Amino acid sequence: MSESEKDLSMLLQKDMLAEHYRRLEAAPETGEPVVYTFVPGNLTELIRSFGALPVLPEINALQSAMRGKSQGYIAAAEKAGHSEDVCSYVKCDIGMLKAGNVSPTGTRLPKPDLLLLSYTGCYTFMKWFELLREEYRCPMVFLQIPYQGDGEQSPAMRQYVARQIRESLIPALEKATGRAFDEERLRENLRMSAAAEDDLVAVLQSAKKTPSPIDAYFGAVYYVGPIFSAFRGTEEGLAYYRTLRQEVEGRVARGEGPTTPSGRLDRQKYRLVVEGPPNWTHFREFWRMFADEEAVVVASTYSKVGGTYDLGFRHDPADPLGTLADYCSGCYTNRNLPSRVEMLARYAEEYRADGFLIHSVKSCNSFSAGQLPMLREVERRTGIPGAFIESDLVDPRYFSAANLKNRLESYFQMLDARKAGVPA
Amino acid sequence: MTCVVGIDLGSTTTKAVVLDERGEVLGRGITNSRSNYDLAAELARTEAFISARFRLLEREVERVGGPETLARLLRAFRLEQMFIQLATLGSKIEAEIGRGAPGQRDALAAAVARVFARIRAEEELRFEDPHPPERSDFFRDAAGSAYARLAEEAAQVPGAGVTFDRLLGLYDQCIVQVENEPVELGFRENIGKALDRTGQMPGVRAAVDAALTADLGVSATVGTGYGRARLPFPKEQIRSEILCHGLGAHVLFPATRTVLDIGGQDTKAIQVDGSGIVTSFQMNDRCAAGCGRYLGYIADEMNMGLHELGPLALESRRPVKISSTCTVFAGAELRERLSLGERREDILAGLHRAVILRAMSLLARSGGIADEFTFTGGVARNPAAVRALEGLVAENYGARRINISADSIYTGALGAAHFALRGAAA
Repeated sequence: MSESEKDLSMLLQKDMLAEHYRRLEAAPETGEPVVYTFVPGNLTELIRSFGALPVLPEINALQSAMRGKSQGYIAAAEKAGHSEDVCSYVKCDIGMLKAGNVSPTGTRLPKPDLLLLSYTGCYTFMKWFELLREEYRCPMVFLQIPYQGDGEQSPAMRQYVARQIRESLIPALEKATGRAFDEERLRENLRMSAAAEDDLVAVLQSAKKTPSPIDAYFGAVYYVGPIFSAFRGTEEGLAYYRTLRQEVEGRVARGEGPTTPSGRLDRQKYRLVVEGPPNWTHFREFWRMFADEEAVVVASTYSKVGGTYDLGFRHDPADPLGTLADYCSGCYTNRNLPSRVEMLARYAEEYRADGFLIHSVKSCNSFSAGQLPMLREVERRTGIPGAFIESDLVDPRYFSAANLKNRLESYFQMLDARKAGVPA
Repeated sequence: MTCVVGIDLGSTTTKAVVLDERGEVLGRGITNSRSNYDLAAELARTEAFISARFRLLEREVERVGGPETLARLLRAFRLEQMFIQLATLGSKIEAEIGRGAPGQRDALAAAVARVFARIRAEEELRFEDPHPPERSDFFRDAAGSAYARLAEEAAQVPGAGVTFDRLLGLYDQCIVQVENEPVELGFRENIGKALDRTGQMPGVRAAVDAALTADLGVSATVGTGYGRARLPFPKEQIRSEILCHGLGAHVLFPATRTVLDIGGQDTKAIQVDGSGIVTSFQMNDRCAAGCGRYLGYIADEMNMGLHELGPLALESRRPVKISSTCTVFAGAELRERLSLGERREDILAGLHRAVILRAMSLLARSGGIADEFTFTGGVARNPAAVRALEGLVAENYGARRINISADSIYTGALGAAHFALRGAAA
């Protein structure tokens, strides 16, 4: 997309990210402590309440991929002995580290003062941070979030997580940052989170309108960016979501569709629900395959991996540790297959979808396992035909444009034919 | 009569089907795909119209001259086409020799002239033979194998002063040019000469004239296949091959509910409803493991024709278990097995089973195998693949009716033509 095709909020976000990476580069001089953590189950409000800056390795990996740099990093990791089948986020991050811990924007990333690992359904995260701990020789604290195997968080699970935060996370953060826990500051951060979350949900749910003013997959990647990464519970985050919401409400008032790499998508022939993360190495090309067919995504599960706010959850300043437990437990990655099916079927209905698509990721076992039965079950429940396509997160070798385009075109033509009732 | 055309631009072959307004097949044409996609599509289309026009004259020629006259006319037509292409190839090779080292020119030119004279003589004999041996429909294969054989002999003539490698190199350099330049191979251009060659029978000429002047106006064309985006058609005239294979299989076997297509570089498992509408599908991902091209590499590696693989595999008594269908490693896998002392037919049987096992996984993912089940694509012509499929289907799904049409390679083009027909009617 050229600058002229980008929304104000996208430009704002670009500046925020650039500033964040600059600040991280300066951290060794400014003395700001640095905590590495992952998107699902990230405790940004808590980290920030200690005056620490978060670094999110998978965001760095995907940002590198969007800038066309992941292939070289992955090659470096494979040279260091990591197999072709290992999660490509991990390999990209390891490659970045080997290249001198370079950030996606080219600045240097500081070493972590603490690795804060919250386990929310992705087993690889544990191994990833073990690798980083070896590399940096720094402390690591492990927050164990019980998997929602029964589809819900029991009170005991909630207490278990809150207790870990109180008894191991907070002391670890105090030690790593040299600052005492400031509950009032945490509450204030949580207040700002909740306000931004309200705006985000309004933006995501605007896709119920026709035409949808947003693309809830490709576009939503940008919309969830700040709240999933370093900016939840910050002034900048709050301002970003206010701007974004105004921007989207403006489009609703004017009856406009979202900005896409193929221009503004006002004519929307297919409304889709999508499961699975996008491909980052060919993000715009991938998006164009949808936009060129006048397909808009109205809801996606990927935009919930960093929090399922549209299902009603808000960070609650009145119960700081309990609310963080609820947050971690409710992340999309921590939900069982029936809950994921339920979400998808509900989206298909509430957002009046014509189609439903799974983009499965080659190098991600924990997310991709079970996606085919999910597809069949959503089809059965909604009567909407599903499609299944595959590529990868940040390994460009797994992206076959002709193959994906072929499947997508076939799928859209199949939707047409079914709609017409005869092979048309 | 107006007609519609479906073109399937595949990775290995390009197919065309011509239908009349009632959906009856008038003609089919096939050619090998090549870098010039437009030309491949045009050639397949030309071939389909040739077969359509032959169909028009068929009954009348048979009536006045008997079936042998019809067959002879067709052989004469093929001979004219062959001569045109040989002449083009000959002039390319001549030009190539002219660009080479001056000292070698005369010897090369003489050897090539001998080779071409003998190919032409062999082709004349083939025309005279009422039952000529089977061979590939594609010029590059038919001319190539004759050229290679005769060039080897030419190089062995004492004092020839040329090497076989050099002669073969000339062919390789020039065949690509011949294939990517337009040549007049149509009915109109060649039927007159073919008729002259067969000798004049008044009734036959009248039938040919009628076929020649018959109006076969095209009211709609739909393109599909791997290269469909490169076809010079507007977007509405392009259909996904998934939809075309589904509809094509439905047209051939109306009770079909599951379709498996194994083509050159992809495998498709498709579920269709009672009207041939696709309800679900799965395809191999970017890796072409276990597709037709894999068998092609295996054939090359064994120095066999692709069509010989299946029959040899059927002779196996103890198939080898092979799990990899990686096209890149096909040669290595094969050599490894041979070095272990496995028999060729047993290895081949294992390879065919591995190809089908991979297809079974896609079928399962697309929703299983319903009755009836139709197998299409180039690999459906391979008897060992068919046998492996029958076994695995019975093992996994119980009794299923498996349909394989003799024209299965045209399924995608047939579906495309039916889309064209529906579009033209709308």
